[in-house]
Amino acid sequence: MVKDQEFLEKKAAYCLGLAKKLGASESSVIVNNSVSETVNFRNKKLDESNRSDDLGISITTYIGKKKSSISSSNLLDDNLNILIEKCVETTKNTPEDEFNSLPDKDLLAKEVKDLNLYDDTHIENDQKIDYLKKLESAASNDKKIVNTESSFTQNKSNFILANSGGFCAGYKRSSFTASSVIVAKDEKSMERDYEYSSKCFLKDLDDAEELGKQAADQTIRKLSPRKIGSEKIAIIFDKRIAKGILSTFASAVSSSAISRGTSFLKDKVNQKIFSDRINVLDKPDMLKGLGSRNFDSEGVKTNTLKLVDQGILKHYLIDTYNGKKLNLKSNGRCGGTSNLYFENGNISFKDLLNSKSKSLYITETIGHGSNIVTGDYSVGATGFLVENGEFKYPINEITIAGNFKEMFKNISLANDLEFKYATNSPTMMIEGMVVAGK
Amino acid sequence: MSNFFKKSDLSRSEAENIISDTLQKCDDGELYLENSKSESILLDDNKIKNSSYNSDLGFGFRAISDEVVAYSHSNEISKNSLKQSSENLKSTLKSVKGTYNHEIPKSNKKYYENINPIEQKSLNEKIKILNEVNNYLRSKDENIKQVTANFLGEQKSVEIIRSGGETLTDVRPLIRFNVSVMLEKKGRKETGVYGVGGRQSYDSYLKDDNWKSVCDEALRIASVNLESKPAPAGEMKVVLGPGWPAILIHEAVGHGLEGDFNRKKTSAFHNLMGQKVASEGVTIVDDGTIDNRRGSLTIDDEGTPTEKTVLIENGILKNFMQDRLNARLMKTKSTGSGRRENYRHIVLPRMRNTMMLSGNQTQDEMIKAVDKGIFAVSFGGGQVDITSGKFVFNCTEAYEIVDGKIGSPIKGATLIGDGPSILKEVSMVGNDMMMDPGIGTCGKAGQGVPVGVAQPSILINKMTVGGTKL
Repeated sequence: MVKDQEFLEKKAAYCLGLAKKLGASESSVIVNNSVSETVNFRNKKLDESNRSDDLGISITTYIGKKKSSISSSNLLDDNLNILIEKCVETTKNTPEDEFNSLPDKDLLAKEVKDLNLYDDTHIENDQKIDYLKKLESAASNDKKIVNTESSFTQNKSNFILANSGGFCAGYKRSSFTASSVIVAKDEKSMERDYEYSSKCFLKDLDDAEELGKQAADQTIRKLSPRKIGSEKIAIIFDKRIAKGILSTFASAVSSSAISRGTSFLKDKVNQKIFSDRINVLDKPDMLKGLGSRNFDSEGVKTNTLKLVDQGILKHYLIDTYNGKKLNLKSNGRCGGTSNLYFENGNISFKDLLNSKSKSLYITETIGHGSNIVTGDYSVGATGFLVENGEFKYPINEITIAGNFKEMFKNISLANDLEFKYATNSPTMMIEGMVVAGK
Repeated sequence: MSNFFKKSDLSRSEAENIISDTLQKCDDGELYLENSKSESILLDDNKIKNSSYNSDLGFGFRAISDEVVAYSHSNEISKNSLKQSSENLKSTLKSVKGTYNHEIPKSNKKYYENINPIEQKSLNEKIKILNEVNNYLRSKDENIKQVTANFLGEQKSVEIIRSGGETLTDVRPLIRFNVSVMLEKKGRKETGVYGVGGRQSYDSYLKDDNWKSVCDEALRIASVNLESKPAPAGEMKVVLGPGWPAILIHEAVGHGLEGDFNRKKTSAFHNLMGQKVASEGVTIVDDGTIDNRRGSLTIDDEGTPTEKTVLIENGILKNFMQDRLNARLMKTKSTGSGRRENYRHIVLPRMRNTMMLSGNQTQDEMIKAVDKGIFAVSFGGGQVDITSGKFVFNCTEAYEIVDGKIGSPIKGATLIGDGPSILKEVSMVGNDMMMDPGIGTCGKAGQGVPVGVAQPSILINKMTVGGTKL
């Protein structure tokens, strides 16, 4: 079982006490424990079981404006003594940085709300196996399916964040995740696709058969793809890809990229970066939300932020260090966003598909082609040619390219937002991008 | 060498008994113990931003019966914890009736020294070099707006205890030194990144002001990019420079030749053994035995000594890369390619140093043979879909080629190709094979492992370049 609050708090208090004794003026510590149990199936048979029990501790010590940190998976007091001594010693030898400090006390979370993030249910491996059997049997109906790999994971975790300023809080989380990766084959091609569901509560998880069927359908429709010519064409991003564009936006407005001057969105607060219709929210207090939290990784209270209001950038994502550097207050985003999403647009998915006589619907991208310094974007892509609202044929071995500065202004959104991941977008269309093919 | 049982209530002989008891009717399996120490020291924005140290200790217990793998890992090396893991493995593998394979090859060869690079250089010396890097670069070019430099050092001790008590050990040093530069000129920003590393001390790479050449290279790449124009879009000829561009080989064919995907028949290469998959003159090996290289290993993470595995010989597909599980199921032998990121992960067949060997043409001849195309010198990362065979990589330094001459630099673009057919499009192989500088990390199934690549210059007849200029 995952370790209780008392055990983690005791470890945290021990570390803070020792750091002080050894000469640290301030310190902070995170102790966490995560227990995962996974069962993998392949072609309707058990393939792998995996149990992991991970303990971790990370400690940051300050001496005035000097700072250093250590982390370890070995929580025995003997080891912690050696490490904290080393940490304090390293701190002494590290140059000062005027912006180093614990968060301001008045910004720290005062209460920990129950956001409904922990389900006490324990699902035995046999029950996981039942789920995967149902899933794989539903996924294997078509003769074109040549390989199925599916997985079920239960994760329970707990943590404590404490600092020498008196902050000490933490809470349990749980997640239940099922996924399926399918390979299908015909005379001309072999293709792979997947489906996935992850929830805080077991009872909210997608139905096994539906998940399997969806993964299989999504794979089969990719068979016998064609390559198209190079042209300028409207691109429609499936929700699972559209969320990646929102993640790139989040990296570009992180206070570290802004303070270092390495973002194409530097100095763009209160300027229009999207069209009027676009709103972006980061909402940390959603019940059962996959990205929900009470406070960030420094203990700063996390409030809802409307990052983009009618196309205008309103906030950066600010932590204590970079906030001090930029002369701004932390808004509780150390460690990134919580539940980040584009608000729905005002047309249906169908109308979005129909809005151009010809467009490309992208279901997968590969490569690391997002440059947040320049805003340049170029990735390999797989998808479908759409004509007059209909999927005509699958496409692969193409790239799509553009620059986020332009792409952001040309985004239109459907009204089909769902909260499947921590970062979510409705189906997205961007006009004016370039496809490279034949 | 770490003594994993020194501060534990579990003795070695008790551990051996639990291992033998758990694995007695399994086909294979082992207890993998790991103790790693790592450090990171980062200079950024004119300051030492981060100095951190990590110590990680744990075990992973694996039992294999036929195709089924049961795995359990924990940070606590104790009697209770190992027994709990053992129960967990037994409950997964309910009715096992295999015969444990005790056979494991032996070798006395070592490909790196038993050192701890972190201890070989003091913190103050490391901080001093990082500050010198910052001052050196900022005084060199007034357009420099950002300098990031960091040291990453690690020592990983592993011990593998097999059923019957057979024990294999390895101590692996690894370091990396990286420099990243951002230039800004007339409102335009571009970056350049370069680094060096391998399984030796920091000083082996940095002595005699060698760090200056790393800085110079990062600055050179950023300066070239500042003058770059939009990249073309469409199919064209591509000349790849020697060394690091061999990520193409790693993505295009390397992953597709890993044993697991071929046993499961999900690789585009699974039915091509013995067939021609590349142009004549193309030979590709995966070698874990080169001294001090980032991808080298004395033994893999199952205890098998590594080797030089010929994957493609003169165009013909010869071997897949194998760990013990996939080798047994495919009725062949492990190539010493069983690797894991750390004790938290199961073993998978992985690449080590993947290299295309030299041919006899020159880079000059290749450039002259191209009317319209691009010359790609340096890359960021790459990725592959092993099932469809499509792969990409991102250029970080590239030029257009017009009428047999190198022209203007072009903006970073993604190149996309088809793994099983791309090597048939190789029409010239250079005589200038070069190793990469020692910076690669390969990701697979959520596990990152250090790897190397090498290749000579090559000319590819047709690839799709993902620029914006139609």
